[in-house]
Amino acid sequence: MKKPSIIWIQGVSCNGNAHSFFNHPELFEILSNFELLYHPLLETNYTLEDIAKCELECDILIVEGAYKDTLVKYGMDIAQTIQHYATKASKIIATGTCASYGGMFALYDEALSGFCYKKELPNENYSRYKDKFIMLPGCPIHPKWLSFVLLMIKDKKPIVLDEMHRPQELYGFTVHTGCSRNEYFEWKIDMEGFGKKEGCLFYEHGCQAPYTRGSCNKILWHDVSSKTIAGTPCFGCTEPTFPKTNLFETKTNMGIPANMPLGVPKRAYLTLTGIAKSFKIKRLEKRVIDYEDREIDRKD
Amino acid sequence: MAKLDKKALKKESIIQTALQLFSLNGFHKTTIPDIANSLNMSVGNLYNYFKSKDILAKEIIKYTSTVLGDEIKTINMQDISSKDKIKAIVTIYFRMAKERPEMIEYFLRVYLSHREVFSDGCEGMTCVSGFITEIMIFFDDGVSKGELRDQDFFSAFGLFMGYLGGMVFLKGEEILPNDIDYYIDDISFNIYNALKA
Repeated sequence: MKKPSIIWIQGVSCNGNAHSFFNHPELFEILSNFELLYHPLLETNYTLEDIAKCELECDILIVEGAYKDTLVKYGMDIAQTIQHYATKASKIIATGTCASYGGMFALYDEALSGFCYKKELPNENYSRYKDKFIMLPGCPIHPKWLSFVLLMIKDKKPIVLDEMHRPQELYGFTVHTGCSRNEYFEWKIDMEGFGKKEGCLFYEHGCQAPYTRGSCNKILWHDVSSKTIAGTPCFGCTEPTFPKTNLFETKTNMGIPANMPLGVPKRAYLTLTGIAKSFKIKRLEKRVIDYEDREIDRKD
Repeated sequence: MAKLDKKALKKESIIQTALQLFSLNGFHKTTIPDIANSLNMSVGNLYNYFKSKDILAKEIIKYTSTVLGDEIKTINMQDISSKDKIKAIVTIYFRMAKERPEMIEYFLRVYLSHREVFSDGCEGMTCVSGFITEIMIFFDDGVSKGELRDQDFFSAFGLFMGYLGGMVFLKGEEILPNDIDYYIDDISFNIYNALKA
């Protein structure tokens, strides 16, 4: 049986998603299910010059990086190349936040956008390709998000998408789901400083996990951790609003978080948290592991 | 009328009667038999609704907080400036102090003065969240619209509610030389000037 062919092509990109995908523990086993015609960083049978001739057949087009209709790279009309294979392919995967919404690069060039969306608004490519378009926002994407989509396509299984064409399996929950700090969120106990296992990062440290779609705390990074578990706030990198500024500070109005957990009315949130804050949970106020004591043990 | 509705109505009438007696005669001087007597019901029957005087006291503070919170919610839902909302909140607070003085008196003279009764079951904001939540919504909305200055919540809350509570206390002590409505414009102006961006 013929393997589905892939062309991975970049607009304006930092290679972050390509590099992230290289960290997949089963990278080559997954790629062995496909015929990789072109990848900007891997050795393939075809070069970018070959691809730009627009003579190959392609089943899956992976677009990485921000896009504009006048995109020229290495003297080649890359926009026209992407459009050609987008028309030919049976699936288009916008990989990463830049290819999804425009991301970081769109901040500096008004003409840049995602392939089918500019921020949260669909553009003219959307009406052309919406029937085969899949969006995987993330800066970068988790390698297993892409392998999930590729293998589902290879196995001809349906991928349930939301209204912005993101796989529900990956983006149906918020990043908050599965965070090891959830108990601290529930009882409104903030982390003191940075680098501790205890405390929530939502109230003061800028964590956007409760209103960011993604599965960073369900499908762990390197199979072991995530930003929030490690003690860094979620930067909201899968959302069309990415990137924001002041990522380590929570925007508040008189101490009340300006952004609510996804879909939660402010009145409901304030009622619940006002009550939660009224109680002191001693277990959650203590360090889980007292490192100072351990330091003394070592000296002994 | 359904049995449940009837029971809920009876509960509310007990709350309202107890609220008046506690506010008028003080928490410790008011007994369960006093409340039952005012309602023409037996002491035993009253205990069917509230197992103790302390439980009744906690239900009353939740009730008053909800009533006041609902009034402020109506103001919060209006498409008016923060300045106008401040005046509307001051007006509603003083109107309540005149028309239902027991509501405010209970908060000032029972809830704040008998913390031992409320320490178990009414910790922090637990029993007053209906009211506090709406004040938070008001502040949050004002700051996000750029009409109020971003500052510590309690600095703003203390200024606003401490001021109003103090005026109602002075009214209760019959110290104010004028009707409390006389002060609405000046007090609203002062609060707005203290909170504005």
